Amino acid sequence: MNIIVVGLSHKTATVEIREKVAFSPNQIEKPLGELIKLEGIIEGVIVSTCNRVEIYATTRDIAGGIARIKRFMAEYHHLPFETLESHLYCYHAETAIRHVFRVASSLDSMIVGEPQILGQIKTSYGYAAEFKSSGIILNRFLHKAFSVAKRVRTETKIASSAVSVAFAAVELAKKILGDLSDKTVMLIGAGEMCELAAKHFLNSGAKGVMVTNRTFERAERLAEEFGGEAVRFESLFEHLYRADIVLSSTGAPHCIIGPKDVEEAIKRRRSKPIFFIDIAVPRDIDPKVDNVENAYLFTVDHLQEIVQANLAQRGLEAEKAEEIIDQEIGQFHKWLSTLEVTPTIVALRTRFDEIRRAELDKTIAGWKELPPDAEKRLEALTVAMMNKLLHSPTFVLKQAGQGGRVDLYVDALRQLFGLEALQRDDEELELEE
Amino acid sequence: MTHLFFILTVALYGCATAAYLACLLRTSPLLTRWAGRILAVGFTAHLLSTIHLASKMKYLPLTNMQESLSFFSLAVVGGFIFFERRYKVATLGSFIIPVALLMLIASSSLHAEVRLLPPLLQSNWFWFHALLAFASYACFTIAAGVAVMYLIQRYFLKKKHFGALFQKLPSLETMDDISYRCLTVGFPLLTVAIISGSIWSEQAMGSYWVWDHKQTWSLVIWLIYAALLHGRLTIGWRGKRAAVLSIIGFIVVLFTFLVMEHSIIW
Repeated sequence: MNIIVVGLSHKTATVEIREKVAFSPNQIEKPLGELIKLEGIIEGVIVSTCNRVEIYATTRDIAGGIARIKRFMAEYHHLPFETLESHLYCYHAETAIRHVFRVASSLDSMIVGEPQILGQIKTSYGYAAEFKSSGIILNRFLHKAFSVAKRVRTETKIASSAVSVAFAAVELAKKILGDLSDKTVMLIGAGEMCELAAKHFLNSGAKGVMVTNRTFERAERLAEEFGGEAVRFESLFEHLYRADIVLSSTGAPHCIIGPKDVEEAIKRRRSKPIFFIDIAVPRDIDPKVDNVENAYLFTVDHLQEIVQANLAQRGLEAEKAEEIIDQEIGQFHKWLSTLEVTPTIVALRTRFDEIRRAELDKTIAGWKELPPDAEKRLEALTVAMMNKLLHSPTFVLKQAGQGGRVDLYVDALRQLFGLEALQRDDEELELEE
Repeated sequence: MTHLFFILTVALYGCATAAYLACLLRTSPLLTRWAGRILAVGFTAHLLSTIHLASKMKYLPLTNMQESLSFFSLAVVGGFIFFERRYKVATLGSFIIPVALLMLIASSSLHAEVRLLPPLLQSNWFWFHALLAFASYACFTIAAGVAVMYLIQRYFLKKKHFGALFQKLPSLETMDDISYRCLTVGFPLLTVAIISGSIWSEQAMGSYWVWDHKQTWSLVIWLIYAALLHGRLTIGWRGKRAAVLSIIGFIVVLFTFLVMEHSIIW
């Protein structure tokens, strides 16, 4: 069994392309269903964030699986295959594991160390679990990725660099607005990155915050947290002119702020500039807004450029994080190779134990008068027999697991003993949340 | 003596220009500080040379192109030093000081003929008028320098170029602020200069307004800056539009200063 990854990210595609390939979380069931119906694809998880769209899958046929997923992405989004393919990267086996570990640990993020990506992968995995497109391997794999990310977060200082994009946003705002102490921030929608940036603006002396959200309660809650003012989403444009800094990250499928709205707001504020940061994908703010005089629109892509310069000093922490990932890959790889062995052994033991227990119960029930401690002795006897019988097959199976020709044994055992438990053992691997 | 001070001034302004231009290429607080010091010494030398000349000639050295250019340069550097202290924008020096240097060099290349002060200029209104006019010109020069910087910075922000120069240039708001401050100082100065000029004209020619080239163009300048200030105060003209207009205003100032000769004097 092999893990494959096909996807694109901010490193390979511009925001325009990423927008087109993004999967909406509201309709994720459909692509997930189609994904696992693809020939040779056994399990699948779709991760779609503003900076990356990736499909994790398991397959026995690496090349075929990758090709079919690529084609699926193009067809699903009605894009010419050739255009899309040039932006796609694909990984398999160890490189795939490394990639996902790095992504979850936020080492591959546009803003290295930003906290959002882990939550996004968890959510994506949640959908896959809900719609049963992920199975034993991806379950285990992603849980491992989550724990790796946790280790990286606690054992390195990489997370503190997430602050850098928010920091970059503040620096950029200062280049336009000068002193921030009399400036107002407007927060549209929610999202960790947005809130982080808003906090930074406040720490840098911004005067106040307006929060707006489609759910007004949410806006009120956030506004309270920031000591700001909640604004109804419907009246967004009535208040836009009061904002000097606008941070937007809603899940809206199309732009919510257009050049006309901005023109009006700027006119109303007598040409004082407004600084827009659009964190959402698909974008919330029409790119044409940047053409409006005295409006300055930036996406996360732009902020990253500024961040890059500061990255050098964080190199050490990233190295430490890569080391953690190396260790964890080793462990996971070992697990993956014995993957099909362990559940088979467990299933085999369970099967044997079921039979033993059933027969034992029957025997004891048929006995009229039982000598003292007979029950205990019978129990010990049957367990000992079972263990002796299973010892050799278990050993051979484990050996095979290290060697690689494990499929044969697993298939044989499954058929010989009617082991179905191999299909799913979701119980132990439920969502961590 | 005057000549010595003058040479010294040119040399010091040259060094300051080099230092300010180097500041664009390399970030060094030390270099910036030295650029400021060299300029301050240069300005002192320039001032002394001007005072020395004035005391020798018994009038302010504003009576011909050579003197005027030097005085213009002096006013610009003085204005720059004032705004630099206030807003801490050393980058402005990279744009303004080379202009001041050029003016000074142009001034020194002109031939200074020794001549008697025309009787028409022997009026206190004339000196008052000329001093104010140069002060306002200095303000407009700085406003134009800031406007150029504003347009460059705006270009970087729109094109998302975050290079070294972007990092060095001050914020749009600061530049807008300086430009506005220049206008609010420069415009009243110009207004009073024009009024005092016409009073002098009345004394010298018997008419407040003679519609010669200089006066006409001064009126054009006044109208441009009046429009700019009015637009700013009423409908919030800022940013690119204000910057472009401010540059246009400066071009007209330069044109008037260099090309339009005063029919009264010469």
